[in-house]
Amino acid sequence: MIVFILCFILFLVGLFGLLTSRNIIKIIIGLSFMEFSVYLFLVLIGYIEGGQAPIVVKGIDIQMIVDPLPQAMVLTAIVIGLATKAMLLSTAIRIYKKFRSFDIRKIRSLKG
Amino acid sequence: MELTLSVLLLFMIIGAIYALFAEDLLSALISCGIVGYGLVICFLLLKAPDLAIVQIVVETLTLIIMVAVVLDSTRHDLREKVVIHEKGNSYINAKYVFNVLTVLVLALFFLFFFNQAIYKLEAFGEHTTRMATAYIEQGAEKTGSANLVTGIIFDFRGYDTLGEATILFTAVVGVLTILRLKGHK
Amino acid sequence: MQGMSPIVKKVAQLVMGFIFVYGIYIITHGHLTPGGGFAGGAFLSGTFILLVLSFGSNVLNLRREEEEASEIEGLAIFTFLLLAVIGFLLGMRVFFGNFLPKGRIGELISAGVIPLYNIAVGVEVGAALLTIFLALVIYKEEISK
Repeated sequence: MIVFILCFILFLVGLFGLLTSRNIIKIIIGLSFMEFSVYLFLVLIGYIEGGQAPIVVKGIDIQMIVDPLPQAMVLTAIVIGLATKAMLLSTAIRIYKKFRSFDIRKIRSLKG
Repeated sequence: MELTLSVLLLFMIIGAIYALFAEDLLSALISCGIVGYGLVICFLLLKAPDLAIVQIVVETLTLIIMVAVVLDSTRHDLREKVVIHEKGNSYINAKYVFNVLTVLVLALFFLFFFNQAIYKLEAFGEHTTRMATAYIEQGAEKTGSANLVTGIIFDFRGYDTLGEATILFTAVVGVLTILRLKGHK
Repeated sequence: MQGMSPIVKKVAQLVMGFIFVYGIYIITHGHLTPGGGFAGGAFLSGTFILLVLSFGSNVLNLRREEEEASEIEGLAIFTFLLLAVIGFLLGMRVFFGNFLPKGRIGELISAGVIPLYNIAVGVEVGAALLTIFLALVIYKEEISK
């Protein structure tokens, strides 16, 4: 129970960084913390006390294998997270070239 | 087991808070690495070796790319102050207070749903694998793959992997488009 | 981007081949041991990133490498889709059908098409990560001129 609550606190820390910081790099860092907490929460749900890794070898007790479904989901989610992070970083580096700053308060040319 | 994981998570939360409040962007990135590599150890303890291998490589590559972005740019953080002193008189920064209030409202919103969901879940370590029983019992025979995670990714849930490959391709095309300075024939 | 000191270059020379072979091992044994296409592809791209970081950006023709990497990535995705469509046409009329014989669980050549899917995804992930990194390096080179 306490592990789930700590996971939720990590999510809230990421949300705080996402909404209150004014630096694009800090915003990306906050977003990645939220991602990490969701991965950990999904894997925590599938764990069994004293379980084995989901690989079938001879003489394994098939009732004691941890749930492989959340692990498969998280495996795709990690690579997607890397792709979106690379896209965000390339946008940030173009913004730095145009405005000479990572400050999102200085990006005014899109304002009506 | 739960105690070990709690200590690790507490360590990760401290690293996260330090990363958000660091003055230098480079030390913020290194603290971000604390959280990522802590996640690797959590995956190993939770009997998910596939995820641990993927996460340790992906975290290293992400750190290389992020340090490459930060290193030639301005490295000091832009922190907003709660009270602004200007021309002798001081007043409260309304935007920052509004942002913090938004975070609090959203946190209460998420807390409500978290509180409702946490009582429906089983306690930690007593998962009943209701949904994955068929995958565990017949997965190895049906797909012929000893590693159940690989069997699920490429056989039962092949559409997910197809979508993931498409997203990766789209991201690469997007990065090439954004970073191109002048078109070459 | 400048190269690093001779010690770093020598260590990179010694280590690089082992990392590449380890990536290939992780990809091809993905259906038996932990790992698979995603992890092994990231290892393969890590080898080339180590090469560029330690030897500087003059060791390769970066533009050509970038184009080739993105072409290889497109071909790998095409192979992945082709395998899925072959499963649809030959097998039991199921997209992503497993049309090859399964073999015995635990041997290297088993599990039907899953090793082929693993190889396609591994090449695709490695080429994608390498393309992203090379795009960043080319951008930095052009900025500093």
